[in-house]
Amino acid sequence: MKQRTPLLRKNGFQTILSSLLCIILGLLVGYLVLLVINAEGAWNAIIDVLKNFMKYPSGAARMKYLGSTLVKTAPLIMCSLSVLFAYKVGLFNIGAAGQYVIGAAAGLYCALMPGLPWYVCLLAAVAAGAISGAICGVLRAYCNVNVVISGIMLNWISLYATNLILKPGMDPTGKDTFRLVKEHKDSILPTLGLDKLFSNNQYVTIAIPIAIIVAIVIWIILDKTKFGYELKATGNNLNAAKYCGMKENRNIILTMVISGALAGLGAALFYLSDIEQWNVNSSSVPAMGFNGIAAAFLGGLNPIGAIFSSFFIQHITLGGGNVDLSHYCAQIADFISAVIIYLCGFVLFFKSVINRFLDKRDEKRIQREKAANAEATEKGGNK
Amino acid sequence: MSNEHYAIEMLHITKRFPGIVANDDITLQLKPGEIHALLGENGAGKSTLMSVLFGLYQPEEGIIKKDGVEVTIRNPNDATALHIGMVHQHFKLVECFSVLDNIILGIEPTKAGFLRKAEAREKVMALSEKYGLHVDPDALIEDITVGMQQRTEILKMLYRDNEILIFDEPTAVLTPQEIDELMEIMRGLAREGKSILFISHKLNEIMSVADRCSVLRKGKYIGTVEVANTTKEELSRMMVGRDVEFVVHKDPAQPTDVVLDVEDITVASKMHSNNAVKNVSFKVRRGEIVCIAGIDGNGQTELVYGLTGLEPLKSGKVIMNGEDITKAPIRKRSVMGMSHIPEDRHKHGLVLDYPLEYNLVLQRYFEPEFTKCGFLRKANIRSYAERLIEQYDVRSGQGPITMARSMSGGNQQKAIVAREIDKNPELLIAVQPTRGLDVGAIEYIHKQIVAHRDSGKAVLLVSLELEEVMSLSDRILVMYEGEIVGELDPKTTTVEELGLYMAGAKRMEVQ
Repeated sequence: MKQRTPLLRKNGFQTILSSLLCIILGLLVGYLVLLVINAEGAWNAIIDVLKNFMKYPSGAARMKYLGSTLVKTAPLIMCSLSVLFAYKVGLFNIGAAGQYVIGAAAGLYCALMPGLPWYVCLLAAVAAGAISGAICGVLRAYCNVNVVISGIMLNWISLYATNLILKPGMDPTGKDTFRLVKEHKDSILPTLGLDKLFSNNQYVTIAIPIAIIVAIVIWIILDKTKFGYELKATGNNLNAAKYCGMKENRNIILTMVISGALAGLGAALFYLSDIEQWNVNSSSVPAMGFNGIAAAFLGGLNPIGAIFSSFFIQHITLGGGNVDLSHYCAQIADFISAVIIYLCGFVLFFKSVINRFLDKRDEKRIQREKAANAEATEKGGNK
Repeated sequence: MSNEHYAIEMLHITKRFPGIVANDDITLQLKPGEIHALLGENGAGKSTLMSVLFGLYQPEEGIIKKDGVEVTIRNPNDATALHIGMVHQHFKLVECFSVLDNIILGIEPTKAGFLRKAEAREKVMALSEKYGLHVDPDALIEDITVGMQQRTEILKMLYRDNEILIFDEPTAVLTPQEIDELMEIMRGLAREGKSILFISHKLNEIMSVADRCSVLRKGKYIGTVEVANTTKEELSRMMVGRDVEFVVHKDPAQPTDVVLDVEDITVASKMHSNNAVKNVSFKVRRGEIVCIAGIDGNGQTELVYGLTGLEPLKSGKVIMNGEDITKAPIRKRSVMGMSHIPEDRHKHGLVLDYPLEYNLVLQRYFEPEFTKCGFLRKANIRSYAERLIEQYDVRSGQGPITMARSMSGGNQQKAIVAREIDKNPELLIAVQPTRGLDVGAIEYIHKQIVAHRDSGKAVLLVSLELEEVMSLSDRILVMYEGEIVGELDPKTTTVEELGLYMAGAKRMEVQ
């Protein structure tokens, strides 16, 4: 019974391999598109995308921009955790984008208006995201409304509500909210000296370790605990969960609460690092929540995988900004990263391709062995 | 032998899956105009073999011949082109389409893009007449009985001029009357020169309808016999590999204290405004097996939902071991010692995308043995699962880590039975516990249920199988249209009398 599974058959290895295949395919398609538009600069452009912070010659500058990439990775990790947590429980939380937005509203409001300390702002964002998730959860549990529908609807409500809430905090010199560093230094996440590691990049805060710790906690919850067992059972088969006495409605709501809280925390980790401000006239939901979907899948729906996939996605998104604009129009950067992110969703597809390939190979090997055996017995018989 | 003519030959077929050889060098030869039964235990490889014939799987070794010519069947379309048709165990019908639409689906006769239904209708009605397959061509699938749905599936095969008809456990979903009708239809089809492959593990049906029977066991070919020259005992020995007892041996029941006391309960129906269960009262005591008998759909399902807490009661009381559990949550009932083998194993019984080991602790995962400080104790879960798998002979590709979804139906059922009986419940509510199981497994489960009774526990059995009702129960309650219309003693009653109660032709005042 106890056979050692070959490396290629191992689930974890397959996931990593498929994710890498997705990335390669994404880069290839991106490269082809660049070739079609302008063959001359294509190679340089794709290298620029890949290099991102590595394009800077000095080590110090590289570290600084690596730091910025990491700052933007932290919220993406949270969004992808939000998506994958709900996904494991059978819910597709496309509303992570809206929960992220409402988290930003609560976090920034607390920071800008009363100027509360950072940990209060953080908790406010978590609570707001959780409540927003709970709305979807309650609708799903008691009214059987699909979370995709309620999530998408809430995305827009959240966006304009956030614009309204943050309007008073707008910097009169622009269209964004005030920079926290000018007005409320206490609301900025502490750096704990991490900024020193990244050539005094002031935006590098405890957001990054927080995101990584949360990812590990989520992995433990899903994989090791009774709570995770119940949630996944509920997601897979609501009737069976009810049959064995789990509180199925509570589990659904709780899942969405946690999922929303994760997205809300992501927003706080981003905006409270002060690297970007909220545009109070924005009419589109920030891509962070949606990219969380891609990051979740690219990471093989594994919380630890989400850390790496989120970093990669931010890496090429920022790298896209490096594309030489003398050869390409300004939209090309977003376009190329969008193409790559899109193809990142194909992890599950590649996994099945790998398995089919392995099955075929095993079949052939068994046939060869059989033939060899037959030959051997024949020879033996002749003697 | 070699000059004999065969409609279909499957020669030395081998099909492997990860961890398991589903078909190991199997040969099956089907003569024109015969009914050939394919017999085997759950997971013996019957369905795999048929999927190979139908082009759903490619065999690693072996060839398929049609009328003596080697053919390759890459997909179901190839199979259809070779006039091979299949009625699946779970029908493949479009619920909101009419019978006629379903029959012609995929090969609709058209002219310039417009359907020519009149033509199709004529052909369907002619076929229906010829083979005695009564259907209403304009009725919607969702409105007709399971029996008529099956006739629609058969007509679908005939409409495509199929010569080789595969029936995959066709009687599993039918009532006794419908089974008789189906047998007649199959005989008629064979008389008209169609060749029939009949997959089953019900020996009575094979004995009554088949000409020859091929037996598989654990993926291996055991042999083919002429049904006229064999007996039920021989067939079951070939299938299971040992002698099987068809009679349940048990001592007379010695009922003691009341475990379950049901007082005047009423449960609403989800299908119609009428109540599904109407003012039902009964008691189940320690040391007895009480069976609820009845034709499917007479309120048994809702009664069990009401008792187990899956549905709320409209009125009445449920008392277990002296405690009123009318409003108790499901988990409380379970902890108090109520076990439930559900009617629908996919809907309630299993989390299909969980591994077998997780499914085996579904009712107990929260106990200290399996959870400590909120963390699962995976080593304990693994060893517990391994014990149950061993003890109840649950077969699967990869043992405890096999996904429940990839297991055969019979082994899924065994896993559920193992889980529920191993809890050693005060009251075991078993709904169709042997549904879809082969004789060997049925024998084993019946013994377990009797042993449970003998250890002084109460059993409430709900069954549609008359044989099971008669042989296993100590007391029979007959349900008809939501009411209990009779209480019978299996030792003094007959199947015929039971049938009269079940059909509503007879009733007595109970209590």
